[in-house]
Amino acid sequence: MSAPEDRTRPEARIGRRQPLIDGVDKVTGRARYTADLPVEGAWVGRLLRSSISHGRIVSVDTTAAREVPGVIAVITGQDCPFSYGVLPIAMNEYPLARDRVRYRGEPVAAVAAEDEASAQAALAAIRIEYEPLPAYFKAKKAMAPKAVLLHEDAPGNIVRSVDNDFGDVEAGFELADLVRERTFHYGEAQHAQMELNAAIAEFDPERGHVTVQSTTQVPYYLHLMLARCLDMDPSRVRVVKPFIGGGFGARVEVLNFELVCALLAKAAQGRVRMVLTREETFLTHRGRPETDVRMKLGMTRDGRLTACDCEVLQRGGAYSGYGIITILYSGALLHALYTLPAVRYKGLRVYTNTPPCGAMRGHGTVDVRGAFEALLDEMADELGIDSIDLRRRNLLAAPAVTPNGLRVESYGLPQCLDWVEQASGWRERRGRLPRGRGLGIGCSHFVSGASKPIHRTGEPHAVVILKVGFDAAVTILTGAAEIGQGSSTVVAQTVAEVLGLDYDRLRVVASDSAVTPKDNGSYSSRVTLMVGNAALDAARRLRDVLASATARKLDLPVGEIQCMGEWYGVNDSAGQGLTFNEAVAAALEDAGELTVKGTFTCPKEYQGGKHRGGAVGGTMGFSYAANVVEVSVDEITGRVRVEKVWAALDCGRALNPLAVEGQAQGAAWMGLGQALYEEGRYQDNTPFAVNLIDYRVPTALDSPEIEVGIIESIDPNGPFGAKEASEGGVAGMLPAIADAIADAVGVRLSEMPITPERLAAALDRQAAEHARAAPATSGEEVS
Amino acid sequence: MKSMLRVTVNGRVREDAVAENAVLATYLREELGLTGTKRGCDGGECGACTVLVDGEPVLSCITLAHSVAGRAVETIESMARGGRLHRLQKAFHERLGAQCGYCTPGMIMAAEALLRRIPDPDERQIREALAGNLCRCTGYVKIVESVRAAAAGEALA
Repeated sequence: MSAPEDRTRPEARIGRRQPLIDGVDKVTGRARYTADLPVEGAWVGRLLRSSISHGRIVSVDTTAAREVPGVIAVITGQDCPFSYGVLPIAMNEYPLARDRVRYRGEPVAAVAAEDEASAQAALAAIRIEYEPLPAYFKAKKAMAPKAVLLHEDAPGNIVRSVDNDFGDVEAGFELADLVRERTFHYGEAQHAQMELNAAIAEFDPERGHVTVQSTTQVPYYLHLMLARCLDMDPSRVRVVKPFIGGGFGARVEVLNFELVCALLAKAAQGRVRMVLTREETFLTHRGRPETDVRMKLGMTRDGRLTACDCEVLQRGGAYSGYGIITILYSGALLHALYTLPAVRYKGLRVYTNTPPCGAMRGHGTVDVRGAFEALLDEMADELGIDSIDLRRRNLLAAPAVTPNGLRVESYGLPQCLDWVEQASGWRERRGRLPRGRGLGIGCSHFVSGASKPIHRTGEPHAVVILKVGFDAAVTILTGAAEIGQGSSTVVAQTVAEVLGLDYDRLRVVASDSAVTPKDNGSYSSRVTLMVGNAALDAARRLRDVLASATARKLDLPVGEIQCMGEWYGVNDSAGQGLTFNEAVAAALEDAGELTVKGTFTCPKEYQGGKHRGGAVGGTMGFSYAANVVEVSVDEITGRVRVEKVWAALDCGRALNPLAVEGQAQGAAWMGLGQALYEEGRYQDNTPFAVNLIDYRVPTALDSPEIEVGIIESIDPNGPFGAKEASEGGVAGMLPAIADAIADAVGVRLSEMPITPERLAAALDRQAAEHARAAPATSGEEVS
Repeated sequence: MKSMLRVTVNGRVREDAVAENAVLATYLREELGLTGTKRGCDGGECGACTVLVDGEPVLSCITLAHSVAGRAVETIESMARGGRLHRLQKAFHERLGAQCGYCTPGMIMAAEALLRRIPDPDERQIREALAGNLCRCTGYVKIVESVRAAAAGEALA
């Protein structure tokens, strides 16, 4: 067939505002999330949780529970002797507590029953005798010399202590003209993803297979841990990920409920569905830990940073999980935002008798970056330097390698600063708004995937398979976990771009371990860069296969065949070539069904520093963000309202500007929630903020307009130059809001969230100081 | 104890034996298979279960199924007609008002109730109408945009 009229193929897919490829399913209600799946004949699974915060389990008596009518299975910690955890060095957790409980709400037993009422009756009939132990709800209490250890292998209840020293910190402070040191406190934050945690497990007793569908961001790790905890060969396990109602890190670890659901299915020799309540979803936790930061910075009088000395204390909760990574991230990403010649970091992650924390959007970096930026803003004021200019004086000279061995290639922070400055009217308005109204700034960054994998299996970081058969549809097989962020869309866009295909020709099959290649999961913002690059590789290979087949069919040299959209042929006036369907048919001759594999591997030089823990922070590309916010403050009530946010984000090439805006807005907004509203609280040592009223997620009325400025530093490593877009913009919001409050009313708060109570108290202190400084005669002053 | 419930769901009159203590969300999801209506909390916190009863938005997770006897219930499944997306669905899809999509059905139903009452709402009215519907992905920016676009009948730029 001859070539179509228009043989030029514009870059049709990349850079377009592309609605999500699964968007129609979501807006019609057709999308099936885990709890929506049809479950004919499934038993109801329910967990019994510890009623105390710390204690030895003396006995568990399930006799009466087993006799409750309708009960199919009852299991306890004795039914699973295998610990689990994604990090091989932190597998100190069991699906159901054995011998000891370490936080109130920890699962200790589970039942499968015919219906909810029978399950609840069975839970009520389980008798547990505890021998209580002293419990610790604050990191400092848990670290006290005589504190009982939560885990025998962790002296001082220290999960991980990190001591890093890069450059000459003392010399740096001596060079400084201004040295300031402050302490900051950040409350515990939680993901509060809208979908309740849920799992469905089906055990096939005849074949000894188990199939699990769950609310996970990491189907592959879940697969491994199911095999381990059910003591089954991994080949007998299948994990399928349905639609997921948000993650934000809550589901990047394997979680107790999904393992217990499968254990129950095995015990019941059938199918079990477990849907957690909102309270249980909160208790499953894995959020951002309560954090104390001591930050000391040195600066020359012209505003150049000379040294940083930072100490971080995190209340980790009862188990390690990803906590080791969190405390390492907190130190590692002090680097790579600015030029910082000397950094000392001391990090302590502590076990406490609270639900285990883990990874949350901006993993490990948010509170520490918040403190760093807040101190930067304060010192800028003190030196009389505009705080945007101050940041300009400390920019990296990219490409750069930081003192801790992180490589920075593309670096769009300067353009981010320009954009927010201009868009917000910073020059004209900062410091000049009426009292009660203010502008503030904060910057931040994040990795586009951790370059060193958690499990060092030697495999590529990502694999994508394309399958093409007689129907000439291109099926993309990817393990990447679509959790609402658009991972399936970005993979489809990439393949469509390279092959010049219509989306209608593509099918994305994601995250079914019976079908799709392994993928480590949706965490550390790795999907766009890693899976995107693997998809790029796969698509190019398929294009080559089809070009070769065309050349063979038409008896032409392969070098003359070009892919021009859905047409393969010679780009000359004669126009010899094949349609896409014809090219596929040609390729299928002799070979049969086509499968093409693309892979991506991060080179060693991007895998971080050589020091202990140095892999954390290593990435192929950092995103950069600058946020300016405008607030109004009610000085009577202490209530802060964010009026407007200007969020600049350097995400490399914006593959899908619509999705980038959505991610950037969501990130900034999540930072806003943590800055002003959200806090995991405990009352009488009981988790208290375990519903969406007490854990105060901002509503549509609390939320401002968020204008996004996309900065496209084309990254040399990213697919089409892209980097991550969803995590870099969180952290800067916390200091930006604190800075804007300072601009509005002249007080700098170092405790977050900045609740009306905290701000009102600070304003009262300010008023008292003014009264002291200016006694009765002040009325005569002329200003 | 079950008793008969006569109710119109998405335009069809139904008669079902329904437990007297069943909430509307359970009836819709588990008896009728209308799983577009979501549950995201332990009762009245998040708005994901919003449906319309006689055109008014109702939290189906804290509404007894029998309390809507004789009335008309509309869920997200009724919105697309004749294979065409409803204007709110189209706007939420094209403008990324839905990311993970979990709050979306409730959000769209709450927005529909608003547009029936106020065909051309301003931003403040939209935010007030949706204040009981939580979203964790979007910061509400593109949700508000989607509702405005649907109200204005704007095609995607």
